[in-house]
Amino acid sequence: MHLEVFAEGRSLLHILDPRVKIVSFIVFVIFCVGAKGFLHPFVYFLISLGLVFLAKLEIKKVLARLLPANVFLVFFWVLIPFMYKSNPYLIETPYLKISAEGVYQALLITLKCNAILMATIALLGTSNVFMLAHAMLHFKVPAKLVTVFFVFYRYITVLHEEYLKIKRAALARGFVPKNRLQTYKTYGYLVAFLLIKSFERSEEVYRAMLARGFKGFFPVLNHFYIKPLDLFFGFFFLMAIFLIFFF
Amino acid sequence: MHISEGVLSPPVLITGWGLTLIGLTISLKKLSTRKIPEVAVLSSAFFIASLIHVPIGPSAAHLVLNGMVGILLGWNSFVAIFLGLLLQALFFQFGGFTTLGINTFNMAFPGVVSYYLFKRFIGRKNHKLSFISGFLAGFLSMLGAGFFTALSLYLTERNFLILCETLIIAHIPIAVVEGLVTGFIVVYLLKIKPEVFKDEV
Repeated sequence: MHLEVFAEGRSLLHILDPRVKIVSFIVFVIFCVGAKGFLHPFVYFLISLGLVFLAKLEIKKVLARLLPANVFLVFFWVLIPFMYKSNPYLIETPYLKISAEGVYQALLITLKCNAILMATIALLGTSNVFMLAHAMLHFKVPAKLVTVFFVFYRYITVLHEEYLKIKRAALARGFVPKNRLQTYKTYGYLVAFLLIKSFERSEEVYRAMLARGFKGFFPVLNHFYIKPLDLFFGFFFLMAIFLIFFF
Repeated sequence: MHISEGVLSPPVLITGWGLTLIGLTISLKKLSTRKIPEVAVLSSAFFIASLIHVPIGPSAAHLVLNGMVGILLGWNSFVAIFLGLLLQALFFQFGGFTTLGINTFNMAFPGVVSYYLFKRFIGRKNHKLSFISGFLAGFLSMLGAGFFTALSLYLTERNFLILCETLIIAHIPIAVVEGLVTGFIVVYLLKIKPEVFKDEV
């Protein structure tokens, strides 16, 4: 399973220190969520669009990533304009009333949502997962949690292969998913088998880790060094966010 | 159901993060070094399970299994679900970082509750009772998650009421399927590897 689609690339955002990117991301998200009115969320949306271009990502892939969230938002577009019972209405007939306030809210939600998602892809997606996890240690995230994360992330690929194997075995025996109890039973057994595999695997992992002197955390070999470029980016990005918010 | 970015109001998001941080703290305190690989690898298994789509009526939904996570991992459900949602937010753009707190709580908390309610009834002696406990754990955890999700939307905006009701009703068929699958998982595990239910969480 290839998950880190955006992590490889040559751009400014790919070479920045992950710690700088995480701080920039958190500040951006907080201000974006808290933004009021129409203009501020719109400018934040433009900024995160700018970040996507700065990261030189494939626009097609980025759009594909934004799709599920926007499908979720369709529900809001369908429902909210009818739920606000306030004047003025955009369209007002005895049977159909579409509230201007409702449309405005739906638009606002869509802007903020896409702005944050694009910032996620451009700022966090451009670092690989182990670098992000390492950076988390610098932010005093408990070492235990980061250790669980390392093992968790490592075994996703392994268990996905296991799953494909089990699924292939089921399909080879003529399994066709349908709306009936038998299907749910098969899925139940399939997942249970996966759980047993992972339970046994975790015993092996534990023994292997003990054999290598595991004491509850993984030592880090590569260290981060802050460059002038990182400080430069961090400073201007944060300034831009603050200035937009307060003007 | 994961709520996307930009939908919920800041007080709801902050409360969600607060509750999840409490859950994670309890969870990490209870997690011994011995258990780290087990919790981690089972979390990956549940992450993979959440990629499985099962048919429900004319549509399909992916498994969540927060009831099963709860029964197997107890308080460590918070870690498992938090990490799963973190990866989904990072790689699939499902849910998001601001909503990570509230989404984790919405799914993990009902799981922890089912751990305390139903775990004790699962045993080798009575497969029927174990199946029913598994079913209820899966069913109620999913419904609980739907309820908390609807509640978070409602607390954000009172005008979302119809949306919230729709959301809970839409969760009922999913909860039934979750219950059935969880029940079957429990029975199969009891037959093949009952020691997975032994724990000291």
